[in-house]
Amino acid sequence: MKKQGIKELNGMPGKHPLSDLLRDDRMPHIWCPGCDIGTIFASCLTAIHESNIDYNDFAVISGIGCSGRAAGYVKLDSFHTTHGRAIPFATGLKIAKPKMKIIVFSGDGDLFTIGGNHFIHAARRNMDLTIICVNNFTYGMTGGQVASSTPFKARTSTTPNGNFERPFNLAYMAAAAGAAYVARWTTLHVRRLTNSILEAFNKKGFSFVEVISSCPTSFGRKNKLGPPLHIIQHFHKISVIKNSIHPKDANLDIEKEIVVGKFVDIERPTFFDLWEEIYPPIREKRGE
Amino acid sequence: MEETEQFIMGDTACAEGAIACGCKFFAGYPITPATEVAERMAKRLPQVGGTYIQMEDEMASMAAILGASWGGLKSMTSTSGPGFSLMMENIGLGIIMEVPCVVVNVQRAGPSTGLPTLCAQGDMMQARWGSHGHYEIIALSASSPQELFDITIKAFNLSEKYRLPVLVLTDEVVGHMTEKVVIPPYDKIDVYPRRISTLPPEEYLPYVSDEDMVAPMVGVGEGYRIHSTGLTHDKRGYPVITAPVQKEMMDRLIYKIRNNVDDIVKYEEIEMADAEIVVIAYGISARPALKALEMARDRGIKCGMMKLITIWPFPEKRIKELAPQVRGFVVPEINYGQICLEVERCSAGKTEIVLVGHAGGAIFHPNEILEVISRL
Repeated sequence: MKKQGIKELNGMPGKHPLSDLLRDDRMPHIWCPGCDIGTIFASCLTAIHESNIDYNDFAVISGIGCSGRAAGYVKLDSFHTTHGRAIPFATGLKIAKPKMKIIVFSGDGDLFTIGGNHFIHAARRNMDLTIICVNNFTYGMTGGQVASSTPFKARTSTTPNGNFERPFNLAYMAAAAGAAYVARWTTLHVRRLTNSILEAFNKKGFSFVEVISSCPTSFGRKNKLGPPLHIIQHFHKISVIKNSIHPKDANLDIEKEIVVGKFVDIERPTFFDLWEEIYPPIREKRGE
Repeated sequence: MEETEQFIMGDTACAEGAIACGCKFFAGYPITPATEVAERMAKRLPQVGGTYIQMEDEMASMAAILGASWGGLKSMTSTSGPGFSLMMENIGLGIIMEVPCVVVNVQRAGPSTGLPTLCAQGDMMQARWGSHGHYEIIALSASSPQELFDITIKAFNLSEKYRLPVLVLTDEVVGHMTEKVVIPPYDKIDVYPRRISTLPPEEYLPYVSDEDMVAPMVGVGEGYRIHSTGLTHDKRGYPVITAPVQKEMMDRLIYKIRNNVDDIVKYEEIEMADAEIVVIAYGISARPALKALEMARDRGIKCGMMKLITIWPFPEKRIKELAPQVRGFVVPEINYGQICLEVERCSAGKTEIVLVGHAGGAIFHPNEILEVISRL
């Protein structure tokens, strides 16, 4: 199919440069002014556009939450599933359609809190999926409650005196569970983020891109982080690129230092590779 | 392939039924007394070019079969009470997205962990109402390995015809019972194919239905670029959070089943011509009930039996017809009265109804049912 070039479209009034990937009949979207999800979504669509893969070979699966709405805005085969279950749904679809690129686009609460078990098991299986996680440290859609990614002492509507639990390091967890590709960027690392998503598409196996994102409406206000632009500029300012470091050292402290970069990019047999390795002898034995 | 006779366990027969009608994907989690279904599928699916995957829990199993079904594979999972509870979440997603698939519940006694290795029929109402919101469901019941084989095929066919998860309800005794099962040649089995739209992508809308209120599907990856969501949605599949769209969607989800009950509902009637007392039974309890019927006939009691195959939608038309004609209904079930409530509702006070209840952990002795028949 013919894809429209971003440059060709730039001069056209009223049309989004990525409109061939957008369900523009669903605009306006629900995301708040100043929200970063749009930037991450645009990076994802740009990566799809630049991938030279037929759009019909992509499917986008989301769970529940603000980020979960992404599946509804992308003009690809797309499924908006239940809270936390995007990854197992994607696993079933990938097994049925092994040649398709399956992207799971969802938030930190969805992927790592209610859906954490599915995440680690899909990584362990090295299931050939690309997971893009909008990490805004909170449950945005319900008004900013504490999540397993909320920084220690951060204020949320359910931790009015500050979070007394320690958060997960998502990148470290992904790597420890067996992901073949792990990267983390902030929403101001737009080109690096887009490149990472592209690399993730082309990676055989379980690829994970964490995007440090602001939620100015909920998390930002409760923690007095200032206006939207200020928050992401702050995240960018304190971020340090440390490619290839062990993700356990990928510090994430939104006051002092956010370590970003590509931490893992390894070759590991995928679910499908190992399936093929184990099952042909059975077929041969039966003379098939 | 020739017709074969196999001496197999109910759980195994269920898996064989799935294979026989073209199931190509199974996602499951081990649980007594349904584990043998998964074990058989793990062995058989690779032989027929399918995939078995053991998921991390039952929520994931249910989500995975929905994904695989969207990908075009006939998909199934199996479980028992505790796992069935966890599957309720994504059974709801299957209902609202309208995804064909089969969920087998080999019932054990609850609540909670209950009696993992012993039978019950306590999940009949959970099968009907277990997921939140109001919906219609199809659930079938089996009382022997042969029936489990046949009903699993029927469940797949109904799921494709009406686009929803179809439940197969059996119990530990049937699941673990070994009996003769006749397996017909696969090419002699009626298989209802997926309803696929012939419209081109620019004209196709995912939730525009045919005359029977069921919308044809399209394949993922074929350029239709569909969207499906667990939110209330319009014909395009797009979320619309309003009361009118909720009504439009719900009417279709409800009436695609209600308007087709005559096609869906199946039951067997035994010795009904002159019956004054009718035993209404299903699953394992239909077997001691049949023996009780024979014993009652020997005593000269005009007893008949209605054996339920379709549990949901409930065969209310027939029970409404029978109620004014009979002296009473006897309902044996391994719970404290679930299907009995439905029989009472349909009878509307027109006949006497007696529950023969059981706490679970064992099946009825025919005498327990006979005694109630004799008293009526």
